[in-house]
Amino acid sequence: MTIDLSAIPTTIDALHAALTVLSLLLFALLFLKRANNATATGSVDIPANVESAKPAAAVAPAPAPALRPAQLKETGPEAALQLLALLQQDARFIDFIQEDLSGFSDADIGAAARVVHEGSKKTLSTYFQLSPIRSEEEESRISLPAGFNAAETRLTGNVVGEAPFNGTLIHKGWRVTETRLPKISDGHDSSIVAPAEVEL
Amino acid sequence: MSEDITSNSNSSNRYSVGIDLGTTHCVLSYLDLVEAAADSTVTPQLTVLPVSQLTLPGLIEEKYQLPSFIYMPHESELNEGDIALPWNDQPKHIVGCIARELGSKTPIRLVSSAKSWLCHGGIDRHADFLPAGSPEEVNKISPLAANVEYLDHLRSAWDHRFPDHPLVEQDVTITIPASFDPAARELTATAAKAVGFEHLTLLEEPQAAVYNWIYTCGDDWRNQVSLGDIILVVDIGGGTTDLSLVAVTEDDGNLTLNRVAVGDHILLGGDNMDLALAYKVKAKLAADGKELQPWQIQAITHACRDAKETLLLDNDIDEVPISVPSRGSKMLGNTLRTELTRDEVQQALVEGFFPLVDINDHPRAARRSALTQKGLPYAQDPAVSRHLAAFLSRQADAANDLNGTSSESDYDPADPLASSEGRFIKPTAVLFNGGVLKAPVLAERMLAIINQWLSTASAEPARLLADSDLDLGVASGASYYGYVKQGHGVRIRGGLASTYYVGIESAMPAVPGMEPPLEALCIAPFGMEEGTETSAGSAEFGLVVGEPVHFRFFGSNVRRHDAAGTQLDQWLDGELEELPELQATLPAEGRKVGEVVPVTLHSKVTEIGTLKLEAIAVNSTDSHGNPERWQIELEVRDQ
Repeated sequence: MTIDLSAIPTTIDALHAALTVLSLLLFALLFLKRANNATATGSVDIPANVESAKPAAAVAPAPAPALRPAQLKETGPEAALQLLALLQQDARFIDFIQEDLSGFSDADIGAAARVVHEGSKKTLSTYFQLSPIRSEEEESRISLPAGFNAAETRLTGNVVGEAPFNGTLIHKGWRVTETRLPKISDGHDSSIVAPAEVEL
Repeated sequence: MSEDITSNSNSSNRYSVGIDLGTTHCVLSYLDLVEAAADSTVTPQLTVLPVSQLTLPGLIEEKYQLPSFIYMPHESELNEGDIALPWNDQPKHIVGCIARELGSKTPIRLVSSAKSWLCHGGIDRHADFLPAGSPEEVNKISPLAANVEYLDHLRSAWDHRFPDHPLVEQDVTITIPASFDPAARELTATAAKAVGFEHLTLLEEPQAAVYNWIYTCGDDWRNQVSLGDIILVVDIGGGTTDLSLVAVTEDDGNLTLNRVAVGDHILLGGDNMDLALAYKVKAKLAADGKELQPWQIQAITHACRDAKETLLLDNDIDEVPISVPSRGSKMLGNTLRTELTRDEVQQALVEGFFPLVDINDHPRAARRSALTQKGLPYAQDPAVSRHLAAFLSRQADAANDLNGTSSESDYDPADPLASSEGRFIKPTAVLFNGGVLKAPVLAERMLAIINQWLSTASAEPARLLADSDLDLGVASGASYYGYVKQGHGVRIRGGLASTYYVGIESAMPAVPGMEPPLEALCIAPFGMEEGTETSAGSAEFGLVVGEPVHFRFFGSNVRRHDAAGTQLDQWLDGELEELPELQATLPAEGRKVGEVVPVTLHSKVTEIGTLKLEAIAVNSTDSHGNPERWQIELEVRDQ
């Protein structure tokens, strides 16, 4: 199969029809979730899917009900930049990731990784309260009742049939139950995640 | 006691606020008095205020502790927008976490240990000289002003959170080391008044720790101690070690608590321990041929602090790696790596600071050697156990007056010299406070040392009173004290922790090479309570009009029976300790400069808990017909 992104489809084939239906479904799901006040982490994945379906939706004549554009959340860069700055300050995170590891022994990398690990751990525990989503042991069998929260628990593998779903817990998941990020003063330039340092 | 300045049902002082004005950290705790009054059967709730502060330029966080540091930035060092606080976009001083952080890389601009300077009589504590020893162009601040800054930051943080209940109108209790001399207490009160606190009380930190313990126990405290118990409070903070003894007595069938003795001011604490570990690691690296830069030692000190916490827990981790990354952005290959082992921690901290010593093994260095030294008088001997042994030996008779509960049955009055060796007061219970004793290994060792002394003297081992949060306990105890003061629960009896004297030089012909003999006149007796005053007998002094007159000033925390007016012509070595001299200046109004006015001395312990000394004219009166009075300053200021 060859893919030509510049080609404009002239007729609706089965694939496009399916994509249209999928995009509509996703829109509907998104709005439902919004109504349920889904957490930010939960809603991040969905707009991504929506976007990939957009070109198809644009060419397909929309069947009723009329399409409504998704309300995409603009995540301001401030909080992300702040977290980067905190990780750099406490854990030298950017320094470490920006390094080229080739040519260094595992001992060297290990020594630096300790700094990053200790610092990141401190940052995480200072600014976030984390708790696992599932309290069961990983690799144990669990059962999901009908109406389980699909944002909290993702089904994989042989996903067929009706709830309750029985399966193996692969990853217990993480949820941020509390965020205590510092406030940023008005005049602060968040894009400077680590100032240059000059010793006099 | 009827000294409630708070009982007026003014809605503005709704909270009892406790402030731990610490050497390295400040903490504020509060209790809602209105809520507590609504239902006195329920234990009132204590809350620690999260204090908004800058942690990095431009970042504001809430933390329970406000580090007691001020940073004096260079004018081109920080952008204006980066130092704004929620209540002030252009603060004059940079206080808290950010100050400590910036100061770790630029120590010449960091003000630290301002509280310890308050208790340093050799310098003018109103003079702007902190950061001590830094270049001339760095802005300077006085120890007093630095403490005002910490209190003012707490005030602003509070007012920002409770705009309807300004902190200055609340019942505020500020804690001070029990070992603070009258001048340091007065300076703390002065700092608090400069911030504007209207209802202020000072409380000794070990007492606050006891109040916190009582609060934590609830009514059960009466089951945990009994008549005749002597509670030893050991408070080891970041910078200081503070010791007190509290005796349990009975009054009308109710248990009461009496603070019977306090220790000397010992500048020794957790920071010394972190440094000791850092130097241990430095020596180890030096043995491998690695020379360290000063900034690396600093980073190692940081890393050791964390490693220490792991290694002092009762677990089976035997070593913790210490990694110090390079300062530049290249981390790989430049990260210094070593480890700290359990044995090293054991040796440096447990054996270094808490050696198993004999009760007669006291610190070697003189206690308050020179009043004139310019640096802080850090303890010369790092062994906390020796300081404790000296304290318990010095205070052997501290509880003898109470209910005849003397534990000194081994004392033979016929041969006092023979038995004075090894005599010490035997605590029956121990209460720990301060961050250092959070480490189970150190707390266990401390208790083992005390119990070793007790068992050698064939006394029962002391029991450890259950404790709560050793970091925030002092502030909590202080806010609880504000509630106790309103008549709820037991109050610790204290009063002055020392007897105070002024020196009188005897009139006799000068003999070359011999100082004129000195007599000491007791002006304020041991245990003198808040809100009382006393006159120091009829001894007259001549004050010269228009020029400052100095008095030598002495304190004793072992002579407990001298009444005001008692004149001593001799005392045992070490019984009296010389304090910074007093100063009185008579204004020249209506008098000839140089005229000598005869006065007697008068002392008063204020409701706040400070000592006031006055000179009262013997034969002149003011316009109301009362004898004229002049304040005697507890500290001499540079003119």
